[in-house]
Amino acid sequence: MAARKKTGRRHPLASAALLIIGLVAAGGASVAVGSVANAEPAPAAHTQATAAEGEALFRANCASCHGIDAEGTPNGVSLIGVGAASVDFQVMTGRMPMAFQGPQALQRDPQFTQEQSDAMGAYIASLAPGPAVPSEEQLDTSVVDEEGVANGAELFRINCAMCHNVAGAGGALTEGKFAPHLRDIDAAHIYEAMLTGPQNMPVFNDQNISPDEKREIIAYLHYLDENPSVGGFDLGSLGPVSEGLFIWIFGLGGIVAVTVWLTSKPN
Amino acid sequence: MSADQSAHQESHEVVVHDRGAAIVQSDAFENPGLPPHRPRQTDLHPEKADRAERTVVWWFIASMLGAVIAIAAYIMVPIEQGDMASVRFNNLFLGLGIALSLLGIGLGGMHWARQLMSDHELVEERHLTRGSEPNRTRAVEIFKLGDEESGFSRRSLIRNTLIGAVALMPLPAVVLFRDLAPAGNAVDVLTHTMWKAGSRLALDPSGTPIKADDVTIGSAFHVIPAELAEMTHDEGYLDQKALASVLLVRLPLDRLNEQPDRAGWSYDGIVAYSKICTHVGCPVALYEQQTHHLLCPCHQSTFDVTNHAKVVFGPAKRPLPQLPITVDDEGYLVAQHDFTEPIGPSFFERLHYVDEEKHIPLSSAETETRA
Repeated sequence: MAARKKTGRRHPLASAALLIIGLVAAGGASVAVGSVANAEPAPAAHTQATAAEGEALFRANCASCHGIDAEGTPNGVSLIGVGAASVDFQVMTGRMPMAFQGPQALQRDPQFTQEQSDAMGAYIASLAPGPAVPSEEQLDTSVVDEEGVANGAELFRINCAMCHNVAGAGGALTEGKFAPHLRDIDAAHIYEAMLTGPQNMPVFNDQNISPDEKREIIAYLHYLDENPSVGGFDLGSLGPVSEGLFIWIFGLGGIVAVTVWLTSKPN
Repeated sequence: MSADQSAHQESHEVVVHDRGAAIVQSDAFENPGLPPHRPRQTDLHPEKADRAERTVVWWFIASMLGAVIAIAAYIMVPIEQGDMASVRFNNLFLGLGIALSLLGIGLGGMHWARQLMSDHELVEERHLTRGSEPNRTRAVEIFKLGDEESGFSRRSLIRNTLIGAVALMPLPAVVLFRDLAPAGNAVDVLTHTMWKAGSRLALDPSGTPIKADDVTIGSAFHVIPAELAEMTHDEGYLDQKALASVLLVRLPLDRLNEQPDRAGWSYDGIVAYSKICTHVGCPVALYEQQTHHLLCPCHQSTFDVTNHAKVVFGPAKRPLPQLPITVDDEGYLVAQHDFTEPIGPSFFERLHYVDEEKHIPLSSAETETRA
């Protein structure tokens, strides 16, 4: 003991520091490798969006699951009547084409350009009438005043918060499905999701939530994006799960550490 | 070793009385005593003691600094009217200052005690629980004297009325606690909602009535009675909403698996179920439009809307009560009458309040017979 003291003791936090350095290095390497693997070149941009081009794209990329005339197969639902709004949402959030069959289509980088997606939307819309992509005017949240934002918040709490969390942080559903978080989502995609009810999300048609109210909900979600949590560090806004974990590890851990320090005999 | 301590030592010996073989054993556990005293570095090296002293002083100075920071933060980072973000920095710096001033005193004091104050071990023997004989005799005397002087035993009328008064004293609390139950007839409040024959189903919170055409397949409507939207907070808006909330969905007719005698309760595939979980009353509103499952976020009870909201998973024991609906001559969805059974979690004698005339029990009797 005495000899060790002379040669210089290892700092008590040295092993913890080493562990953290190791974890950070391993995590960083995995993220770097993952992003390289996902970086596929985007397909060349088409300039004109026509139903004919959309049909060609559909046949090449979607028909294997949704059927050659979008009539549906056991692996994919019929797309007749889903409208251009549904195509824009599914394709431009990267949910379609689906990476693999699972409880829920996962979000990834969009595999098509906006023009290609619009072309496919035009093709699907030409099959049967369905919800159209919302106009610029419907998405213009700058006209929503503070009262509108508050109204949007109330509508969000009544219609959306039970699945998407009151702070839009997302939440779990049954059997591996989940409601995704709603942070920094494009206004058009929020609107289209309400209008078309992708996957297990219910449809909120214009009789249920009017276009003006949809715009207010979007304005509220943008308000959440732009305004930091008043309570400070929000721990992901996941409520008692993350807060409880934090207080058990750091709160109780701190108390245990202080207790050990208090009762130890100094050198 | 004092006489008291030697008596204490003897008590450790187990004496086995003579039953043929006399064995006298000493207690197997021996007091290991204290470890040898080890001087601290601060005891051995005066310069280390000086350094520890400076550390303590710095903690106390840090505490003073914390108090100053807290006052300065309160003045310099005020909460601005209408700027919620200012609350964050006000609280943050105020909290950091107060924490530093408290922790500085605590940590400084502990460091002082650990490093500089005397650290000689000492033993304080635990005294016996039983008092000494003279003390016990004296206590009995005091009680007897008190009894004699007050006449507690002699004046039995006073004693008995006192006991009566003390016994009655907690009763007002019981009466007050009783009022924690809903005002009026508690059972009536629990067993009826605002829904009545002809109540229009309306959007929450605007109160816009809903037409059957509006409810497209895959939609989920969060519904209140149209009359509720006109109520004010003081008239019990929230109480009534907590009872009357309903979820309205339309199922494709081929997915709807209705019991024939309940077919009259739905309208063209549109069904309405109470949103209050039959487990402990959370709002069940996580509707999955492809599986038609309704999930309760509190304890993951899952109800199958295609099968009269029967429980398919979780701790709930009963299906969600169904609101019988139809349309009026203007095409708006209306209730046929109130729920036929009490909504929400079970309570004693719940089955007594099921409307025998109108209720149509589900054939899956297993869930219905449980209260």
